[in-house]
Amino acid sequence: MSDSPKKLDLAAVRARLEQARGREYWRSLEDLAATPEFNDLLEREFPQQAIGWSEDEDKVEGRRNFLKLMGASLALGGLAACTRQPSEFIMPYVRQPEELIPGRPLFFSSATTLNGIATGVLVESHEGRPTKVEGNPQHPAALGACDSFSQASVLQLYDPDRSQTATFEGEVRPWADFFEALRKNLADQVAKKGAGVRILTETATSPTIADQIKKIQTTYPSAKWHQWEPAGPHNARAGATQAFGQPANTYYDVSKANVIVALDSDFLASGTGYLRYARQFASRRRVRGGETAMNRLYAVEPMPTATGSKADHRLPLRAGDVEEFAWALATALGAANGPKSGENADIYQWIGPIARDLQANQGASLVIAGEYQPAIVHALAHVMNAKLQNAGKTVFYTDPVEINPADQLASLQDLVKDLDAGAVDLLLILGGNPVFNSPVEIGMADRIRKAKLRVHLSLFDDETSAVCQWHLPEAHYLETWGDARTFDGTITIQQPLIEPLYGGRSVLQVLNMMADNPLANPYDLVKGYWATQHKGTDFEAWWRRAVHDGVIADSALPAKTLTVRGDAITAPAGTRRLNGTLEVIFRPDPTIYDGRFANNGWLQELPKPITKLTWDNAAIMSPATATRLGVPLVNTLDYDNSGVPMVQLTYQGRTLRAPVLVQPGHANGAVTLHLGYGRTRAGRTGTGVGFNPYGLRTARGLWHDVGLEAKHIDGSYLFATTQNNHLLDTRRHVYRHADIGEYKKNPEVTNEGAEAPPPELTIYPGYNYDGYAWGMAIDLTACTGCSACVVACQAENNIAVVGKDQVRRSRDLHWLRVDTYYTGDPNNPGLYNQPVPCMQCENAPCELVCPVQATTHSAEGLNDMVYNRCVGTRYCSNNCPYKVRRFNFYLFSDFETPSLKLLRNPDVSVRSRGVMEKCTYCVQRINEAKIDSERQGRPVKDGEILTACQQTCPTEAIIFGNINDANSRVAKMKAEKLNYGMLAEINTRPRTTYLASLRNPNPEIEG
Amino acid sequence: MRRDLDKAMSQIFHHSSNAIARITIFGAVFFIGFLGWAGYQLDLSHYSTRQDVPREQPVPFSHVHHVGGIGIDCRYCHTTVEQSSFANIPPVKTCMNCHSQIWRTSPTLEPVRAAFRENRSIRWTRVHDLPDFVYFNHSIHVAKGVGCETCHGRVDQMPLMLQYSNLRMEWCLTCHRNPEQFVRPREFITTMGYQPAGDQEEIGRRLVAEYGIQSPRVLTSCSTCHR
Repeated sequence: MSDSPKKLDLAAVRARLEQARGREYWRSLEDLAATPEFNDLLEREFPQQAIGWSEDEDKVEGRRNFLKLMGASLALGGLAACTRQPSEFIMPYVRQPEELIPGRPLFFSSATTLNGIATGVLVESHEGRPTKVEGNPQHPAALGACDSFSQASVLQLYDPDRSQTATFEGEVRPWADFFEALRKNLADQVAKKGAGVRILTETATSPTIADQIKKIQTTYPSAKWHQWEPAGPHNARAGATQAFGQPANTYYDVSKANVIVALDSDFLASGTGYLRYARQFASRRRVRGGETAMNRLYAVEPMPTATGSKADHRLPLRAGDVEEFAWALATALGAANGPKSGENADIYQWIGPIARDLQANQGASLVIAGEYQPAIVHALAHVMNAKLQNAGKTVFYTDPVEINPADQLASLQDLVKDLDAGAVDLLLILGGNPVFNSPVEIGMADRIRKAKLRVHLSLFDDETSAVCQWHLPEAHYLETWGDARTFDGTITIQQPLIEPLYGGRSVLQVLNMMADNPLANPYDLVKGYWATQHKGTDFEAWWRRAVHDGVIADSALPAKTLTVRGDAITAPAGTRRLNGTLEVIFRPDPTIYDGRFANNGWLQELPKPITKLTWDNAAIMSPATATRLGVPLVNTLDYDNSGVPMVQLTYQGRTLRAPVLVQPGHANGAVTLHLGYGRTRAGRTGTGVGFNPYGLRTARGLWHDVGLEAKHIDGSYLFATTQNNHLLDTRRHVYRHADIGEYKKNPEVTNEGAEAPPPELTIYPGYNYDGYAWGMAIDLTACTGCSACVVACQAENNIAVVGKDQVRRSRDLHWLRVDTYYTGDPNNPGLYNQPVPCMQCENAPCELVCPVQATTHSAEGLNDMVYNRCVGTRYCSNNCPYKVRRFNFYLFSDFETPSLKLLRNPDVSVRSRGVMEKCTYCVQRINEAKIDSERQGRPVKDGEILTACQQTCPTEAIIFGNINDANSRVAKMKAEKLNYGMLAEINTRPRTTYLASLRNPNPEIEG
Repeated sequence: MRRDLDKAMSQIFHHSSNAIARITIFGAVFFIGFLGWAGYQLDLSHYSTRQDVPREQPVPFSHVHHVGGIGIDCRYCHTTVEQSSFANIPPVKTCMNCHSQIWRTSPTLEPVRAAFRENRSIRWTRVHDLPDFVYFNHSIHVAKGVGCETCHGRVDQMPLMLQYSNLRMEWCLTCHRNPEQFVRPREFITTMGYQPAGDQEEIGRRLVAEYGIQSPRVLTSCSTCHR
């Protein structure tokens, strides 16, 4: 280890930044400061295990032992290959289903829900087992794209930790016992009109559930229904009520907006309808041929998000200051009467130019308030959109999509009051985990215990189950029928793909147990409800169509014209002063959300957008705030070695110890905490991972509040971030970007200084690609870095989860990674995302060094990886300039757990220990399409093959196809001036190329 | 002093033991070579490839009778051979199509009837079992004029199903390298005992062009079969 000073300080980084010229992109503060440790890391492939020989020959890591082990491995490896295949069996159907062809998957439409809002999906089924989720192209919220939660939902289905039986006080009981208990209990309630019955669910939008609840409330008029969703859009509901005097649902048409202002809104990578918004946003940023028109995005946010990374101007502001920004902007637009200047000059610096830009685009602009901003910000956004005449053009209002859009926090507090009063005889908690995720001051666990009979229905036996007598296994959405509304109210049918694995039942079924036909099956419930709703005699045909398409046609809620009330917004409440404290910001985690996905290994291991943190959450703060707190700006490299420093956070008398993650671009004076970690009963994967910010989260500061104290304490913590894994030398041609103005002047601007070695500059004979030549182009202008592609790849290609310790050692197996780069000032850097799959080089360095020809060049230009030949020398990955090869250091794939065997894609080998793997361009999909086309005697059509990453991408940033066909989308993209090959100067001739990223900054704003 | 010591210790090995050393050293080379050869032969053997080894099946289904005798087309049972990677093992229902009418009381067929009655699958032992990292697709081979017989042999003469070919990669490659030596017109795909009406090479070359069979470079790319 080098003796150079390891502590980084901000001044030094700045000083070096000023000196550095021609050094545009950086990955981390160490990279920026070009510390010797970083340069060392850059050179190495696996810094963790790159050990030299020990001086002592006989030590374990000495030369002799190395040779001994090598020899033994070789001999045993050879012997191990001498096996005779065991006999296998074929179990054919007794009566084969008509439409099923063994060996070919079937696709069924279904729906995933988050916060009650549906996203349409198509689920791939292999002989009855769902293996992969894709977006439903016919669904308005999906448009064929899919988010990472939905992608990972198949793993949740097969999670061996899912609760498998009903239990009463920990003892296994059949469902019939529960039904009996419920019936007895309800019999007592009839006389009381259900006064002692309380039902607590997550947000519900399902019309069938609405109908059920109505029926229950007819029988038990005094029974109460409450909803609680820790990360729901509570404020959006309140904001609409404030602006219009009635609850309303808001949605956008981003494709019609030339100028967009996002007020702490991550509308491109999270929240309701984001897949659609991202697609629409990207459709206005396609600079192709002569077309140079682009929309413009201004983002104001505390924590850098995917949306912030796409912004043409990003202003880091504390979450509490966004309100002041909204006031100032509304004032400048003449829509409100707020301050024109204030103490915090940052807020006001861009108001004028942004307002002028918006006004110049009346009716084609858009102000989006973030879900986690207070009601007033939403009201201001409504007021501004009204003033800009955007309503009906880029902004649409409908009735709420929820059955009951009531204030959930008030509803929860109501329930607590009744619990305290001892008025609750029967508490049915159907879904959700309120003990874990309710505001901390409520003390939900103790409150719930005050109910006489407590029932919890959930996928996992979790924190809430622990305080309930009855725990009931919930059916996964792929196991049961249901329905839900999406962002615009369109009704989406949730179709099961498999019988409940563990006899679970849905919320709908349990609610139905209280009704007159208590044990009806869920299909009859949903279909029965719609039979009463459909007018006309063609119900069967109509229903089949709805189930097939996944959506009920024309069921979107009608757009309403709402007028802003005169007294919607009065005067600003005045700034919340920090008074020397910090602002605490709570946000749902980008990968495990509010904690519900904590036991999902794919989502835990998915590097979070921007921070690239896996398996953890952190106290995220800016470099300046860290310096102010006296927290050493530790080298991010120390994430892997000695750990990051810890802070003790104190907010309203509660404390929490958390590791620090220094995030360039974070607002100063604030600490962001991602919820969902610190689960105590999540399952084998999620329990005890990270720390629990719900422990600080009160009703007063659901999303942010001032008054947080942070103190640097002793101790350190080991993070597994991938930000410094698989580093590339940013001084070379790795990432390229330009402003649209520069591009208009010189379309070659992003290729300036690029070397393009002549094709004959190689001693190896060239290949002729006379048939197909597969290639990929990735549009960096479109990519938001949302990382859904990474999970899609993992699901499609049976990629194993390796765990935190192995991620720390750069041994993560993701075939596709999304790198984040920064430019400029660490306080407000430019943020750039770059998906990096295998480049499928035409002059592939990996192929030449394999001693056993386990990686070879295919006739169509793929760098084939042959697992059964691979002996694990890792020479190929040593020689890969893009660091895209992944090695199975251990037996990462689970070959034992029965439920996980059902999960595998049967078209892709499951890799064992000691085998190299990498992106194949989804060769199984290529082969399938080729075989189909050849059987029909035609060539593969453009767009017929979608790689998994391409299919799921909300912004269509990834395009794959045949580059020999000049009319293919990919060939056209590669013909663009923006096209460049990563590290093309080393003459690898990559088949994956990038379209340089373009920004459209406002000429009025400097920098 | 030193010389005295040397004298005191006589030679341990006699001169002739040099020969033993030589034989041992050179013998080792041959011995290792022999082991390698033996291993290879073992790998090629029918024990290892299971070629021509009959398997025990729950029902002694006879292709001789059904194909050779009655003349049922392969695709009556192996229904998905033209559409899917998997040729399909017929569902019990297919057996019962006939056997609910004929041989209704045959004790040999009791497992079939039981399976149908109890809605339980019959557990057939797999005869042609490729390793899991090989992705063979029946439909494309059938479409390109590879007859059933080419790989499966004279099924109509097999009382119990046998693995006709050794299914080693080398065997696959003989055809992937030179498809013209094996392909036949599509109308003879399921024909047993097919004889080319002329020179196979010549017919083969014509069919390769007509069916658009890809070049050996594509057919021998690793990802054609492995992924």
